[in-house]
Amino acid sequence: MATTTVEGALTGASHDHEETSYIHASKGLKNWLYTIDHKRIGMMYLGSVWMFFFIAGILALLFRIELLTPNLDFLLNFVSGENAAQIHTKALDLYNKIFTLHGGLMVFAFIVPSIPASLGNFFLPLMLGAKDVAFPKLNLASYYLYWIGGSVLIYAIIYGGLDTGWTFYTPYSTTTGTAVTTATAGVFIMGFSSILTGLNFIVTIHKMRAPGMTWNRMPLFIWAIYATSVIQILATPVLAITLLLLIMERTLGIGIFDPTMGGDPVLFQHFFWFYSHPAVYIMILPAFGVISEIISVHSKKHIFGYKAIAFSSVAIAIISFLVWGHHLFVSGQSDFAAVLFSFLTFAVAVPTAIKVFSWVATLYKGSISLNTAMIYGLMFIFTFTIGGLTGVFLGALAIDIHLHDTYFVVAHFHYVMMGGTVIAFLGAIHHWWPKMTGRMYNETWGRIASVIVFIGFNLTFFPQFIAGTQGMPRRYATYVDQFTIYHELSTIGSLTLGVGLLIVLIYLLASMKSGKKAGPNPWGGASLEWSIQSPPIEHNFHQTPHVDTDPYNFPNIDRTATSGHH
Amino acid sequence: MMREFLTGGLVHGLLGQAQGSLWMPPEASTFANDMDPLFYFVLYLSTFFFVLLMGATVWFTLKYRERSPDQKTSPVKHNGRLEFLWSAIPTVLLVVIFAWGQKGFVALSTAPSDALDLRVTGQKWNWTIDYPGLNKSCSPTSVADPVTGIERMETDFFVPANRPVKLTIGATDVLHSFYIPAFRLKRDAVPGRYTGYWFNANEPGVYDMYCAEYCGQQHSEMRGRVHVLTDMEWRAFLKSGRCPALDPDADDYGEKLYQANCKTCHSIDGSRLTGPSFKGIWGKSEKMADGSSVTVDDNYIRESLRNPNAKIVEGYAPGMSVFDSGKLDDRAVNALIDYIKSLGGDDTK
Repeated sequence: MATTTVEGALTGASHDHEETSYIHASKGLKNWLYTIDHKRIGMMYLGSVWMFFFIAGILALLFRIELLTPNLDFLLNFVSGENAAQIHTKALDLYNKIFTLHGGLMVFAFIVPSIPASLGNFFLPLMLGAKDVAFPKLNLASYYLYWIGGSVLIYAIIYGGLDTGWTFYTPYSTTTGTAVTTATAGVFIMGFSSILTGLNFIVTIHKMRAPGMTWNRMPLFIWAIYATSVIQILATPVLAITLLLLIMERTLGIGIFDPTMGGDPVLFQHFFWFYSHPAVYIMILPAFGVISEIISVHSKKHIFGYKAIAFSSVAIAIISFLVWGHHLFVSGQSDFAAVLFSFLTFAVAVPTAIKVFSWVATLYKGSISLNTAMIYGLMFIFTFTIGGLTGVFLGALAIDIHLHDTYFVVAHFHYVMMGGTVIAFLGAIHHWWPKMTGRMYNETWGRIASVIVFIGFNLTFFPQFIAGTQGMPRRYATYVDQFTIYHELSTIGSLTLGVGLLIVLIYLLASMKSGKKAGPNPWGGASLEWSIQSPPIEHNFHQTPHVDTDPYNFPNIDRTATSGHH
Repeated sequence: MMREFLTGGLVHGLLGQAQGSLWMPPEASTFANDMDPLFYFVLYLSTFFFVLLMGATVWFTLKYRERSPDQKTSPVKHNGRLEFLWSAIPTVLLVVIFAWGQKGFVALSTAPSDALDLRVTGQKWNWTIDYPGLNKSCSPTSVADPVTGIERMETDFFVPANRPVKLTIGATDVLHSFYIPAFRLKRDAVPGRYTGYWFNANEPGVYDMYCAEYCGQQHSEMRGRVHVLTDMEWRAFLKSGRCPALDPDADDYGEKLYQANCKTCHSIDGSRLTGPSFKGIWGKSEKMADGSSVTVDDNYIRESLRNPNAKIVEGYAPGMSVFDSGKLDDRAVNALIDYIKSLGGDDTK
């Protein structure tokens, strides 16, 4: 076995009696709500982000059904008015509110916290060999800030509505009558949750690694979470400042972005994307980390190019701060700025490409099990590669002039955010579910659902690329007839995707009651979380583990072969 | 569709074409002729790398799937030469794409000196295109949707083929974006500043234009068409009565201004749209959102044009377009006030 501690722990786990896990360590709702155990906080985040994902997904289905035909029809059923024209405009307003709510919840309440706050919280200390994160109480505070922010956002949306799109572009957002101030306050609060979580993780990684766990022996998931946390604490304050300026403009009438008060509307876009572009990497970097774990464990082979993958995460984190201007290619910013941002945008593509190549190379001469988690891992390579390659089109200035703000962009970021982050999140949940719950889910249903998700996802978003190149602008409630076919395919796909995700939810919940016992290490993983019982005990490890090798040293690796170590 | 995906794109990519392909709408400008080959270059390159990666993934997955629990795996951890190659090759290709892409983009900012100057103004939710010096102005007209019968304001405007046309784009209220897919061009309309681009439309025909930057309620209905005219048609257009510039001396000046600027949001038959109806509004005492009441008179209408958010009628949202003196001069404001007055006053007084 790889590390002394892993050996010791495995013997411990083979004892007949299982020790009380963190789930049963104390009983009652109060003990969960007041918990400072990172695992319980992680599980509460997991439940919360899935709830927001569910709500935001239902909203997506609502507008996908509306978009089945060129004219308004479905949403007309939900509004009333004196005459056809008024019903029509009210349905347009409703459409705008639904897509805004979908985007706002998906980005701020689901994708940003998804992997880091739920699985990061649960596994960061386990993979480092620590008892908890550095600041357990701050961790709980982050969770409550997340909920307070989320509640304010939902409140704003229910009582007043929000129709600005998740990007809050000025001057529309400073003049619309909807609840922009309340909604931005909600996002502002959620931002602090994000900052505090990032801070907590950085300190934990620096100070609480087990003896012997050098930086080069950290699992790549930890490297990804580390890079993510750095972006979170550096970029999120800029979002907070921007939203505060927006609130000041709306409530105090100080002209910052609104040209009628002497402000500059494009300035808002600079501020907003200075946060939100790095935030794209807050959303995708943890997914990269997950994929490195899944691909290596389920092919029982050492990850290919450990250092390249680790350092490319850091490189992406740095360059991500210098590319925000590619969201402003058609905004009227100077040509010089546009050319510079285009160049830097291509620079960020290289470390991303290196990761994808390394994952594929990891498969070579492995021992690959097509478990549900691994299927999602391979699916990620497929969908994320499409997402990444279509980013190359948009980075090229002359092409972007045509494709900017069309469905091509919608398809591109869904291939990255959904095909990347959400697929990786699904993979991660299947990979670590046995560890978190101590139970196995039904593999057959897992594989069936993964195929449905794959078909549904591609059917939803691939036609949108073509709709976009043909000229279909985004955020349209109605459209001209020529785009009907793409929307029909997309709507059918979205319903398929919904069914697939529902099946996932059902068999996972069912497994908590009736799933087989998982045992400590169902996949043969070599990092520290697999060395302890499933589900783990409250303080994770009996003794502080000692690490003397890297986390991808699987027993199947053929140490007699001479071809390695160039 | 599948066959066209595989072969059609290649043919279309190599030959400029007016019909459009699976991927692209018809090419109707010199910029489209220049830009589409880059699009297809990136498309084929991406497809090549995608097939390469997926081929390797599927092949490895099938070939090295687990056959026994103690199946041995390769000890290789990295390979410097391979890693250098797969970093260097994409870098070179990306630099080529970058250079090609920026060349076409930068050229858009410098219009040829003989370009025809047009002024584009976006406002919620329609476009106006003015022809400085030609005494023409294409303003939105009401179009009933053929299916639903709902009216919306659409703008038709006209440009000569094979002659550079320069657009100076502005906005009166919020961001819009002036997008003509057949030309492959768009640029945001930003209130308080001018943006723009130029084009040379080289295929006579009629092409759709859209607003591409989200601008609120009727964003998806902020549409119109550009008519690319042959030389003969263009000369006929200039002499015709189409797109007449508004005549400040005409009796119906106020009504024309209303149609071009106000009709999207304010009815004259009493029906409720985004803003209050003008029917019977003159002299009426309106209750404001802040609880005060205001009598609709000359000064109130003037203020509502110049500074629309100063007073908001109860039950309506703020966010009306701003009409500064550049957009509507004093004479135009007076004509509009007279028109609103002519619609009848408050009978209850």
